[in-house]
Amino acid sequence: MKGLLKWLGCAAFGIAALTSLPGGATAQDVQRGGTFITHMISEQRTLNPALRASTGVYNISGKIVEPLIDKSYDGYVPVLATEWSGSEDGLSITLKLREGVNWHDGKPFTCDDVAFTAMEMWKELLNYSSALQANLEGVDCPDPYTAVFNYSKPMPIELFVAAMPDLGHPVPKHLYEGTDILKNKHNTAPVGTGPFKFVEYERGQYVMAVRNDEYWRGPEYPYLDRIVWRFIKDKSAAAAALEAGEVHESGFIGVSMADIERLSNDERFDVGTRGYENNVAHSTVEFNHRNPIVADLKVRQAMYHGLDIDYAIDTIMRGFAKPGRGPIPSAGGANYTDDVPTYPYDPELAKQMLDEAGYPVKDDGFRFKLRHRPAPWGEYTQLWAEYFAQAMKEIDIDVELLTNDAPGFLNGVYRDHDFDTANGWHQFRSDPAVSTMVWLRSGQPNGTPWTNQFGWKSEEMDQMIDDAASELDPEKRADMYHAIQRKAMEELPVIFAIEHPFISVTSKKAQNHHNTPRWNSSSWYDLWLSQ
Amino acid sequence: MRLTLPPILLYALRRLVQAVPVIVLIMIGTFLLLKLAPGDTVDALVGDMGGADANFIARLREEYGLDQPVWVQLWRYMAKLATFDFGWSFVYEQPVSTVLLDRIGVTLLLMATSLGIAFTVGVALGAIAARRAYSLTDNLISTLGLVFYATPSFFLSLMMMLLFSVKLGWLPVGGIKSIAAFYTGWDHVVDVALHLVMPTAALSLIYLSFYLRLMRSSVMEVAELDFVRTARAKGAGETRLMFHHIMRNALLPVVTLFGLQFSTVLGGSVVVETIFTLPGLGQLAYQSVVQRDMNTLMGIIFLSSVIVVAVNFLTDLLYARLDSRIELA
Repeated sequence: MKGLLKWLGCAAFGIAALTSLPGGATAQDVQRGGTFITHMISEQRTLNPALRASTGVYNISGKIVEPLIDKSYDGYVPVLATEWSGSEDGLSITLKLREGVNWHDGKPFTCDDVAFTAMEMWKELLNYSSALQANLEGVDCPDPYTAVFNYSKPMPIELFVAAMPDLGHPVPKHLYEGTDILKNKHNTAPVGTGPFKFVEYERGQYVMAVRNDEYWRGPEYPYLDRIVWRFIKDKSAAAAALEAGEVHESGFIGVSMADIERLSNDERFDVGTRGYENNVAHSTVEFNHRNPIVADLKVRQAMYHGLDIDYAIDTIMRGFAKPGRGPIPSAGGANYTDDVPTYPYDPELAKQMLDEAGYPVKDDGFRFKLRHRPAPWGEYTQLWAEYFAQAMKEIDIDVELLTNDAPGFLNGVYRDHDFDTANGWHQFRSDPAVSTMVWLRSGQPNGTPWTNQFGWKSEEMDQMIDDAASELDPEKRADMYHAIQRKAMEELPVIFAIEHPFISVTSKKAQNHHNTPRWNSSSWYDLWLSQ
Repeated sequence: MRLTLPPILLYALRRLVQAVPVIVLIMIGTFLLLKLAPGDTVDALVGDMGGADANFIARLREEYGLDQPVWVQLWRYMAKLATFDFGWSFVYEQPVSTVLLDRIGVTLLLMATSLGIAFTVGVALGAIAARRAYSLTDNLISTLGLVFYATPSFFLSLMMMLLFSVKLGWLPVGGIKSIAAFYTGWDHVVDVALHLVMPTAALSLIYLSFYLRLMRSSVMEVAELDFVRTARAKGAGETRLMFHHIMRNALLPVVTLFGLQFSTVLGGSVVVETIFTLPGLGQLAYQSVVQRDMNTLMGIIFLSSVIVVAVNFLTDLLYARLDSRIELA
């Protein structure tokens, strides 16, 4: 309950901030200049968002390379594209591009750049996008500021637009054409149109970007002179850097939960989940349906009844989360419904169901044993695994934890299928068609991480997923996703147990921070520091 | 005609020839050991990215040569290494040699200052403690040594950070320099030195305690020997006795330890560099394991084994210098 209240509090806070925005900081209040220093846990191999869809990349590149469309609390907003529309048959999408925008090297941004990036990177090389754009046949440029995307199968405009903030970053054609795209030096020294220009990437230390004086939003933007991303691997050291004032912000749960709780009571910091509505993730329990025990629906339902989700939210996520309701999180907009079957915590019922399923307690005190692989994705996931093992013990199931590092986990679960149960988290990316549906759709190539490698196949579900992905009517599409969500909650191929956004710790010196639902990935053109 | 070389050069040459098979064996062993770890750099990359499709994964594996059998990969790697080509780092998208050269300076600086402080201060404190054995001074020094010995470096690092950076605000939390301060000349040197105070302290204190304890017992032992008594009987002053007769002999086991520990300091610097985000080899090694960056990791191991072999050689030379009974053979 405490968790829910906190969540509601955050949501209310978000809405309050939203409504106060237009009347908020006026031009006179704003202090120009200064260097904003933000913390990152891990280094990035590439800074090209057209080659790698990952929040780690956007966190840096988002200030340098802009997407066609971004997402605000009021919906989708134009960035490099000013208008968008889809044809009746869904086979073509037309974008109007912003005129008078220059790349950081002075060359103009035109439709050629969009067409080149779409065909060479979004369709061919970009993860998640290559599935989304699989039916993209070509991009026409009737004039330099109009781009027409042509598809061989209908592409819902909602899906296209929802994908653009993450999967729609054009890069300059003149710097990539005729080169080996994957080895191009601009992948780690990006050239974009954004409010900040890339300066240097010192491996193991930091990335720096400076103000773009020619920014298209006007000479007053951006407010900051410089942004520095500091890599600090150790979470305790990162918390110390925040407290010492050496770092202004740490996003994506960059410090330990104990420090987050401590700093949330420190008046020097804003701590919260605002700004991550678009990056909501599910903590999961995954089953290997090749094992006849967990292939039994009754067993999976009993296990769900054995999990005290509210307790886990309070103790592990310190209230910054809420119970999951299937493959679409409550941040999923119209496609989300909470009208689904649920499995409230009831260990006695769970035991009874396991007895009925034919798994009574044996002489050793357990019904059966499960080999469980926990994902090494930080504190949440590891504690969630430990809680899972404890909770299962309560209903007399023995769980052995096979702890492993990232490559070990990915191979063990998704390639070798060497597990009975596993847990991890999976991020929802604006639209179910480009994110969580791969958990349910069968026929995923063997070894593809974060997909249905669970040996679970439902032809009905496959059909529902395919139909929804190409449905053009938004209302019908939403109904179809509600049906999918219900079916996923009935059959429980995977338990989407907890939905949680990420958490940021931000110095109160920062103004206009976390004011969009994907703030850490956005361009920070209006961010400023009060001295 | 017989080629005659001074014995020390001959000795060095023989040690060099002996070092080659040792290093080759280390490299082959590590390569195979690393291949035993589950998953490769593509898995780690895909983990970082939050997922990718199968074609993308297969294409990357092919590009990195990871689709070949292990022995082919090993052969290719060793053949390149023979020409001192460390290969390409797929994580840093740079030649491994560039990555290593960028990083080795910080680690050598950290190691040299830490070991230098640990050795000199440790030896001095140990000698003082031994000369005043069982006095208050000795008890104080020995207790201090025990505390340093028992404190893990990560804990010490974090506690120092809490005190000196967060509470007092005297020293920077981490990194090698103040970013966006753009210091030049002496300001830069002072800035870097300030950034190295805590890491050096964290890394050196545990080794300091080793040297302290060993030096103390060694001095006490040597002080009882016959030749010391003889020297004293001949009227040598306490200072002369200490520096010329006792210390020189007592240093032998300490130098042995110094040689042995040189390699473990490399290991210790992994922890310290990671906590203080110093861009050195230790931090790089840790990152490379996590990201399964084989080429970089192998390069670090190659460099480390060369350093260890070289330090062992220097230790042997130092032995011969300290104790003329030991011959270079």
